[in-house]
Amino acid sequence: MDQLPFERPIVELRNKINELKAFTAEKEIDLSGEIEKLEARLEQLEKDIYGNLNPWERVQIARHSKRPTTLDYIKYLITDFIELHGDRLYGDDKAIVGGVGKFEGKPVTIIGHQRGKDTKENIKRNFGMPHPEGYRKALRLMKQAEKFRRPIICFIDTKGADPGIESEERGQSEAIARNLLEMAGLRVPIVCVVIGEGGSGGALALGVGDRIMMLENATYSVISPEGAAALLWKDASLAKKAAETMKITAPDLKELQLIDEMIPEVRGGAHRDVEFQANEIRKAISRSLQELEKKSGENLVLKRYEKFKNIGEYTHVNGAIAMK
Amino acid sequence: MLRDIFSKKKRYATIPSEQAKQEVPEGLMTKCPKCKTIMYTKELRKAQMVCEGCQHHHSLPAYERVEFTLDEGSFVEFDAGMIAKDPLQFPSYPEKSALDREKTKLNEAVVTGEGTINGIHTVIGVMDSRFRMGSMGSVVGEKITRAIEHAISEDKPFILFAASGGARMQEGVFSLMQMAKTSAALNQLHERGQLFISVLTHPTTGGVSASFASLGDINIAEPGALIGFAGRRIIEQTIRQKLPDDFQTAEFLLEHGQLDLVVHRHELRNTLGTLLELHAPMTGKER
Repeated sequence: MDQLPFERPIVELRNKINELKAFTAEKEIDLSGEIEKLEARLEQLEKDIYGNLNPWERVQIARHSKRPTTLDYIKYLITDFIELHGDRLYGDDKAIVGGVGKFEGKPVTIIGHQRGKDTKENIKRNFGMPHPEGYRKALRLMKQAEKFRRPIICFIDTKGADPGIESEERGQSEAIARNLLEMAGLRVPIVCVVIGEGGSGGALALGVGDRIMMLENATYSVISPEGAAALLWKDASLAKKAAETMKITAPDLKELQLIDEMIPEVRGGAHRDVEFQANEIRKAISRSLQELEKKSGENLVLKRYEKFKNIGEYTHVNGAIAMK
Repeated sequence: MLRDIFSKKKRYATIPSEQAKQEVPEGLMTKCPKCKTIMYTKELRKAQMVCEGCQHHHSLPAYERVEFTLDEGSFVEFDAGMIAKDPLQFPSYPEKSALDREKTKLNEAVVTGEGTINGIHTVIGVMDSRFRMGSMGSVVGEKITRAIEHAISEDKPFILFAASGGARMQEGVFSLMQMAKTSAALNQLHERGQLFISVLTHPTTGGVSASFASLGDINIAEPGALIGFAGRRIIEQTIRQKLPDDFQTAEFLLEHGQLDLVVHRHELRNTLGTLLELHAPMTGKER
């Protein structure tokens, strides 16, 4: 289904307008005044609905089957893209893609989670849930970027790291943890953009960057709304409520200062105009890279550490002073 | 059954009176969840909470771990009064934290500080799974980061005993980011050539296993400890089959190359002491 439940009024009105247009053409009756009025109403309706999305509606957009993926954006943003494969240890994970290419004429390394858009592709891509070798491939490419002093762009788009027997056997925990530690020490600029779902540690393993940005309808969370609802209220159907409670949307996370920037989306979601969306992403990445490229490797590492070190809310008892 | 009519079995049971019940004070005895052996809690504590029957390692409260690990009287605690805030205004989070504070007499799920093992100075962190399942929120992340920074500034090794269900849901992305924060701090320690020993105890899962707990120069686990990324139930639901009993145990991880050592609790202090000594020329003041 392309239409999301909350979009129904918009779809119905649009269908009605189309019917009227067809009717006018067929019967040669002038209903242009009527149509104009309805189109104005449609415009207002779209503004009302898409302009006031609640967290659960954003989750649905983030999970939309037509939502652009890493490879979709690479097509618009990167020229001379060459995909590089494998972790040199076990295999090539298809749930993470990465490679080299040019962003605005300069060489970059680009890495991202990759989901499928249909069942067949999703099976190949393991629904965008990486195995340890995916994270190890990503790390290999990031180290390579550091060696050749080119910036790294990471696209985050996963429900989470693969939860399976083989992933455990091959050290899923270690693979994620290693990326967190190593990314913190890379002496090149790292720009991270959450383009869809940012599911927990599996997302964060590509997320230790100098700039953390999110598309307007992307989500970033410590646990899926369904998972949280099951744990909290023993009822996964309360995911809608959990999505609100957990503060997982770009506007919420921007307000909490957990991300640096929210990239505006095409009204109704990125899937409605991939090229336009890619251009918005380009502008944001370009701005960030221009700032970051001026800094030395040491300075980048120091500032990145400080950035993450400052995240946290706590206080003191026993007469100690309250912090942050 | 017909036979039952002729049986002479007595058909009553002895129900202890309220008074009799109270004669055995709460917590005097502890039953091993594994082999069902009942031990005097006092005896069990003397055995560092290891069952004498089956060697099952019971969970250890943080301060007891400190006591069993460090030289007597050497421990100095850091940030003891740091407590959680409620950045997401999450339903009943402050109440639940308060309840755990009451129950455990701890302010949070980790105790940090410094002390000596066989006279060698070390910074130490000990998680306690009784406090919010040992989950990592802002306070756990901050205390561990500060402990690591202390180790850096004093040029001391760092030992952390993990016991955690993962990132703390009630602090959302704040909790998630503590994974990056603690790992980034360990990178600083690593860059300076200082030793980090991670001791994974039961249970070490989720966001804690996927951050600092897996990043030791040496990773040690206690026997039988549950260690893994994804929860057992989630994996079973995903693959639609039952997992073997030993899945995600310390022994399973050792077999699959994810750990350096599995060490019995009674040997742990000695092992840590030896490791500290072996690394002392690199981490001591003489350098």
